[in-house]
Amino acid sequence: MPNETVKLAQVYKSFGELEVLKGIDLTVNSGETVVMLGSSGSGKSTLLRCINFMETPTAGHIYLHGDRVGAEKSGKIYYRESELCKLRSKIGMVFQHFNLFPHMTVLQNVMEGQITVLKRGKSESIQKAQAQLERVGLLDKADEYPSRLSGGQKQRVAIARALAMDPEVMLFDEVTSALDPELVGEVLKTMRQLAEDGMTMVIVTHELGFAYHVANRVLFLDDGVILEQGVPHDILKHPKTQRMREFLEGHSLFKLPE
Amino acid sequence: MNTDWLAAAKARCASMQHNWDFATIIQNWPVLMVGLKGTVWIFLVTVVIGLSTGLIVGICRYAKNRWIRWPATALVEIFRNTPVLVQIIWFYYAFPILTGIDVNPFLAAVLGISLNTMAFSAEIYRAGIQSIEPGQWEAGKAIGMTYSQTMRRIILPVALRRILPALTNRGIEVFKMSTLASVVAYVETLSKAKLIADLNYNPIEAYTAVAILFFVVLYPIVQLTYVLERTLRKSDA
Repeated sequence: MPNETVKLAQVYKSFGELEVLKGIDLTVNSGETVVMLGSSGSGKSTLLRCINFMETPTAGHIYLHGDRVGAEKSGKIYYRESELCKLRSKIGMVFQHFNLFPHMTVLQNVMEGQITVLKRGKSESIQKAQAQLERVGLLDKADEYPSRLSGGQKQRVAIARALAMDPEVMLFDEVTSALDPELVGEVLKTMRQLAEDGMTMVIVTHELGFAYHVANRVLFLDDGVILEQGVPHDILKHPKTQRMREFLEGHSLFKLPE
Repeated sequence: MNTDWLAAAKARCASMQHNWDFATIIQNWPVLMVGLKGTVWIFLVTVVIGLSTGLIVGICRYAKNRWIRWPATALVEIFRNTPVLVQIIWFYYAFPILTGIDVNPFLAAVLGISLNTMAFSAEIYRAGIQSIEPGQWEAGKAIGMTYSQTMRRIILPVALRRILPALTNRGIEVFKMSTLASVVAYVETLSKAKLIADLNYNPIEAYTAVAILFFVVLYPIVQLTYVLERTLRKSDA
């Protein structure tokens, strides 16, 4: 029986009047790579951000390794900051715009969470940071400041920064969308390597090729619900719904002829 | 014709000319230095109190909780919109009568100048904090940092680099504001210069000396801060 890492049960999220998530049920098993597709406004980023409580769900429950996040008191769920910080330290997240700390070197960026949050010692943090930088192929940039790196390198440092926390699951929020086309490949390659290493990952992306080749499961979100899901080949080659067909056609309008 | 014009100009100048004589200033140099010591002392006290309380108030001005934000806003508005000179005089003459607490000239001047500096620097800090991209907060949050950890480790270090020129300006302003303490007879450069001027009938030299003294002290310090800014910029994007 697969070990479930993250479970979402009937998750709703509204921003004021606007309901973005309308009852999401999702289980991500250990070692699984789940890719979420959907047009902008479909709720895929919000869903991802609910998993580590960058956004607090309006209703519903989220479980990490079977433990429910938050305490329920008379029907309402309360979240303590300390609990959420602990949760976030176990869930890695990589952003579209990298968000590296500009006043720290690459190495310090990867050490920061280990020292401030995990209270690891300095030498252990350096070792871990170096190991993760090696993993993303940027150990030689350890002493550079982020402003001296290319977009693709910045994003790989951001991945190393998240990995250094020994996360139980990694969340990727359109991590190649802000990159020049020729830099997309190096980041996708790093992510593919992670998937092959058995990292549990939830990925929001527009890279259909990556979804096809790397994902174990693809979800298609539309208007706040999971409209379709399944293995990549079924989902991407034989979509069941009209919405999904339109979405895929929009993405392949200008494909090179075979 | 040409020489006529020149002679006339010379004559006009002579009628307004002042015979500069700094001899009495040089004689009284130790007195001025006692004053400068007073200036430097009150500057150090007010700049430290003003900029550190300003940091706290600035952070509170940024808080989401209105019970923290509103009192901070009130403090800023009160002390930003009243003249420092009036504050110093008020703390010296009015405050003791209203509260029964005795206030000496030094304390009155420190209160007035520090609170004013607090109010202005709080706005500088707040603007600096607000200038940081929301993504930096998210990145701190995502690795499990608390609000205060993110503020201390990520937001403030970058914000402080950005607002350093504005804070330097504030510091220069505080140094010059110290002369206002002379109004409650605190011993600093201006009050000593006035003493020298009254005793030697040389107000022009005495006050000129004060202006030069301030310039000579401040100018090198300002140059140093430029160097500091450049050094810090190297590491920042």
